Amino acid sequence: MVVYKFKTPISEDQIRKLKVNDVLYVTGTIVTARDQAHRRALEYFKEGKQLPLNLEGLAVFHCGPVVAKTGDKWIAVAAGPTTSTRMDIFEDEFIKDFKVRVVIGKGGMGKKTTDAMAKYGAVYGAFTGGAAVLAARAIKNVKSVEWYDLGMPEAMWVFEVEEFGPLVVAIDSHGNNLFTDVQKSVEESKQKIYQKLGITS
Amino acid sequence: MEVSKIVENVAFNILKQAVIYLPDDVKQALKKAYTEETSETGKTQLKAILDNIELAEKYQAPVCQDTGTIIFYVKAGSGVKDLDKVEAAVISAVKRATKEVPLRPNAVDPFTGKNSGDNTGRSIPVLNWEIVPGNSLELTVMTKGGGSENVCLGGMVVPGEGIKGLKKFVVDAVVKAGAQPCPPNILGIAMGGGADVSMKLAKKALLKPLTEHNPDPEIAKLEKEILEATNMTGIGPMGLGGKTTVLGVHIDYAHRHPASFPVAVAFNCWASRRSTARISVDGTVEYLTHKLLW
Repeated sequence: MVVYKFKTPISEDQIRKLKVNDVLYVTGTIVTARDQAHRRALEYFKEGKQLPLNLEGLAVFHCGPVVAKTGDKWIAVAAGPTTSTRMDIFEDEFIKDFKVRVVIGKGGMGKKTTDAMAKYGAVYGAFTGGAAVLAARAIKNVKSVEWYDLGMPEAMWVFEVEEFGPLVVAIDSHGNNLFTDVQKSVEESKQKIYQKLGITS
Repeated sequence: MEVSKIVENVAFNILKQAVIYLPDDVKQALKKAYTEETSETGKTQLKAILDNIELAEKYQAPVCQDTGTIIFYVKAGSGVKDLDKVEAAVISAVKRATKEVPLRPNAVDPFTGKNSGDNTGRSIPVLNWEIVPGNSLELTVMTKGGGSENVCLGGMVVPGEGIKGLKKFVVDAVVKAGAQPCPPNILGIAMGGGADVSMKLAKKALLKPLTEHNPDPEIAKLEKEILEATNMTGIGPMGLGGKTTVLGVHIDYAHRHPASFPVAVAFNCWASRRSTARISVDGTVEYLTHKLLW
């Protein structure tokens, strides 16, 4: 396990250094996107429309934050990750089209995303589910909110962060997927557990 | 003393307590898990969880951004007047908490997809009523996150398989859930009653402190057995591998139809949010699970 601290924009070379189980902290710009923002971003790309900001080298964060407004200033109150598997249907294209280097979420992602990360040079950083205040404290500034018509959780929040993490590299850019590995060994443990409980499967 | 004012105030307070301050038994269990976890990655997750709990308390911010679906359990003494005003008072408390704590608006119309914006809507917040003898009103709140709710599972096992069928059902549910419910989890398990009753009991069992076990020694033994078995899966904190998958197991039951063996597993994430207060007929309030810090 190696600890890395990267500043955005992150290059492909930097990303290729990371291996599963490494720990990453990101400083710079991260952008939230859940189901709706992913869908809209891909539609924009197809239609040749510009996104509100260039995502190249940035981190995309699967997160529907609690954000409070004081005066005309937004403050991130709680901003932990949401379950990433819902974004599996979009993420390979998202990585290809926008060249994001880090995808942050919880619960892991599937083969299509893993393949795209290997092909285009990106990693999946698992942020501890529910650790919403830890995340919010690393958000130093809410730079902007885009697509607020999608609602608070689904909007695209642009955060300026300092040492955002720890992110466990759970999918690296070499085809390794920690979640799939764990799942496999969990499946294998089932027979042993059945035996202990006296269950004949 | 005006009932609706007191209830509104107490409902607001327990809701705010629940989303910011985890109960002591949960904190203790997480600390113990951190000491005992052998997976390096698992340990990083438990460390982040413990740091986050401290920060939430320090900044009085919700421990998780998913402040959940809001569920109340009302134990109403038969001598308490104006019980018909409780629901409206609770709804008003939820709206206020959504603005002031703040909470994430989590009530969406399933047909239109529209978020009500204030955590209220058709049957939301959920109110579960129980009438008991006495002159006090006990109000408990649970806020239930979406990640752990999405893997709750109800089903029917063959009566001939009985408890063995239940055990297999639970192990399979935990394996299938994997990383999704933000492990380490707490499991509420119930059998009997019917498809609806078993799930209601399973969810309600999540309110029991982790230090408490079923008073029936045979059921307590089963709780321990399932706890040990599910921790053999290796799912670990956040599904990244390790020996801490489940922090505690609570089992409840109802009698069943001879031909049916309903079973239900309710998952809770590590952020097990609950708080209880009792309002006496003279208007005095006792906070039973948390200290009132404001």
